[in-house]
Amino acid sequence: MRHEVFERNSLILLIGVLIVVSIGGLVQIAPLFWVDSTIESVKGMRPYTPLEQAGRDIYVREGCYGCHSQMIRTLRDEVERYGHYSLAAESMYDHPFQWGSKRTGPDLARVGGKYSDQWHADHLINPRSLVPESIMPSYPWLADTKLDLRETADRLRTLQRVGVPYTEEMLDKAQQDLVAQVDPDSRAAKEFMRRYPKAKVAKFDGQPGLQPTELDALVAYLQMLGTLVDFATFDASGPNLR
Amino acid sequence: MVNKSLAQRAALADCLAIFGCSVCAALGAALWLASNSGGMAFHGLLLLVASLVALGCVIEFSFDSVRQIPSGYMDGPIRVATIAALIWGVAGFVVGDVIAWQLAVPALNLDLPWTSFGRLRPLHTSAVIFAFGGNALIATSLYVVQRTCRARLPGRWAPWFVVWGYQLFLLVAGTGYLLGITQSKEYAEPEWYADLWLTVVWVVYLAVFLGTLVKRKEPHIYVANWFYLAFIVTIAMLHLVNNAAVPVSLTSAKSYIVYSGVQDAMTQWWYGHNAVGFFLTAGFLGIMYYFIPKRVERPVYSYRLSIVHFWTLIFLYIWAGPHHLHYTALPDWAQTLGMTFSVMLWMPSWGGMINGLMTLSGAWDKLRTDPVVRLLVVSVAFYGMSTFEGPVMSIKAVNSLSHYTDWTIGHVHSGALGWVAMVSFGALYCLVPWLWNRRGLYSMRLVEWHFWTATVGILLYITAMWVSGITQGLMWRAYDRLGFLQYSFIETVEAMKPYYVIRAIGGLIFIAGSLIMAYNVWRTVRGDEPIDATEQPRIAAAVNLRPAAA
Repeated sequence: MRHEVFERNSLILLIGVLIVVSIGGLVQIAPLFWVDSTIESVKGMRPYTPLEQAGRDIYVREGCYGCHSQMIRTLRDEVERYGHYSLAAESMYDHPFQWGSKRTGPDLARVGGKYSDQWHADHLINPRSLVPESIMPSYPWLADTKLDLRETADRLRTLQRVGVPYTEEMLDKAQQDLVAQVDPDSRAAKEFMRRYPKAKVAKFDGQPGLQPTELDALVAYLQMLGTLVDFATFDASGPNLR
Repeated sequence: MVNKSLAQRAALADCLAIFGCSVCAALGAALWLASNSGGMAFHGLLLLVASLVALGCVIEFSFDSVRQIPSGYMDGPIRVATIAALIWGVAGFVVGDVIAWQLAVPALNLDLPWTSFGRLRPLHTSAVIFAFGGNALIATSLYVVQRTCRARLPGRWAPWFVVWGYQLFLLVAGTGYLLGITQSKEYAEPEWYADLWLTVVWVVYLAVFLGTLVKRKEPHIYVANWFYLAFIVTIAMLHLVNNAAVPVSLTSAKSYIVYSGVQDAMTQWWYGHNAVGFFLTAGFLGIMYYFIPKRVERPVYSYRLSIVHFWTLIFLYIWAGPHHLHYTALPDWAQTLGMTFSVMLWMPSWGGMINGLMTLSGAWDKLRTDPVVRLLVVSVAFYGMSTFEGPVMSIKAVNSLSHYTDWTIGHVHSGALGWVAMVSFGALYCLVPWLWNRRGLYSMRLVEWHFWTATVGILLYITAMWVSGITQGLMWRAYDRLGFLQYSFIETVEAMKPYYVIRAIGGLIFIAGSLIMAYNVWRTVRGDEPIDATEQPRIAAAVNLRPAAA
């Protein structure tokens, strides 16, 4: 082979390298955007509520992915330990995905509803108060920090721009909805529930006062993880068979 | 006549540099004053200060020596990157060991946001990969490309910009993590504005490197430069695609990645695995291909093997990403492709290892007499080991056990400490006397000490992680006689404790070695005469101080 061509022309070498390194990515990534069976058709998926999304932003900020996965693999022991294996559809509104790569702590893909709000609040403030052997860091500042609401609507709008189906109404009412989710039995909460059916309204951090804390947001996010898809109606065969 | 036009070009370069610094200063000031995020405002201030300092340097230098057109090789920026690699290296190892201890003793998280594991972990990974490794790559690539092309780096200021601009990126990225500014994409954590800054730096880096290749006086491009070039362009491609994001606003530190869920996962691990493949492998193979033959004064073992191994390595590596996503919601066809190519990747990897090791043919005695050679060669041996372990772990059946456990962490560190760090140490030990024009290193005995402490530290680390990873993987899937899962999750966490302590001790020993190196390099740079000059090979001295070959 006449390899000299590459060794004598830096630009040809550059172009050769570019072509060779592009192929794998094109074959593996591009089809995921148009092959329909990549993401199952399921019932129940909705965009995150403003409070849940704020909680997700905190999850991202604190680097929780370093120790917690959100991806239950199709293995018997994982399904028994954590619940139904994760579907691609369940992270379709996740920018970025948080499947993780390490389980220093347990998987969180279906942690929603497994523990009470109070358990989560106490556990985040001091994990060892509930699980003495835990090696998780404590996050006491979440309870004391009021949620920064200045960007709430802008953040949802940005998510809409990258493909999350927020309606204009959801964007207009973003801040109101965020506060409403920690204010049970209020008129705003009723309105909120109309926009986000089956969402949970509660005083997540267990503290009095209407101003949501970062702890409220994070617990709200954790409590909805893996609860959206109705597995009673999900059919893994047919068009979803992969 | 010629001199005049050169002087004019120098003046033009100075003007452009002054303009560039001013633009950056203005950008920095704008971010500082306008951003709604405290962290981003701080980063704006950093950019402002850095630009003003750079501006001062450019102005002073251009008035000082406007008529002096430098000649020969340009080594100033390389010296900066060499020292930076050492400083960042020690810092990155220390942060790594701190988080290792945090896993054994959670109270060390201090209950503060800035010191919690989740924020420190990306600081550790970025500091060792991008700061230590990146500076080692920038230093060696700019050194090697000039020598093997017999050409000076192009640009009067561009190489300086590459080196200092890169340090600014590292500073912005690292302080950002501590302040909670992160994308939470592994090894791609910096937010959008840091990513943009890195893009500018990287494009200039490519231009400087490619410009030297274009200017070369050697007819052929040396094999080390193929690897460096592949590393630079592929990292550019990966960085641009994986970090495609929409910022919430131009004054907000927060952005959202354009991909979601399964597509984001695939894109991320296409990036993530090739950060390993091209940053931590191709670039460091460039180091291997220059520094091993140079240090042992032997030609590369096989020219043909280097061609075959170069093209197959860069072609196959790109496909390996999905092995990070076995049994997940990624479609099976992609998982299978990822596994298949990962297993095939074993061959070119070992091709490179064989080419590096066999270069010692006829000079194996140097392994005994020159600890720098030993660092370089043992690094290649570790490379061989972890590029065998990698394909094994990419097999789905093995991966079902190893994934999510410490086995992965051990595997990464046998590559990162055993291969990347050791080969960098070897290259830096070569470079320091050459760059600072010294007769040799201050002390070969200390290199010997460094070699053994590093090796012992690594072995403790990876053996502890093998045991803990496999233990945890087996405990997760253990069933009792009645068919129930035998262990709760927290029981598997408890079982890890002794291994976490052993790992952290291994890390401490490794750090001790790197401190020995820092001391040795400092004494060498300061100009202290070698205490064991007679034990050093002639090649250890700078070019013009080398005794004639016997």
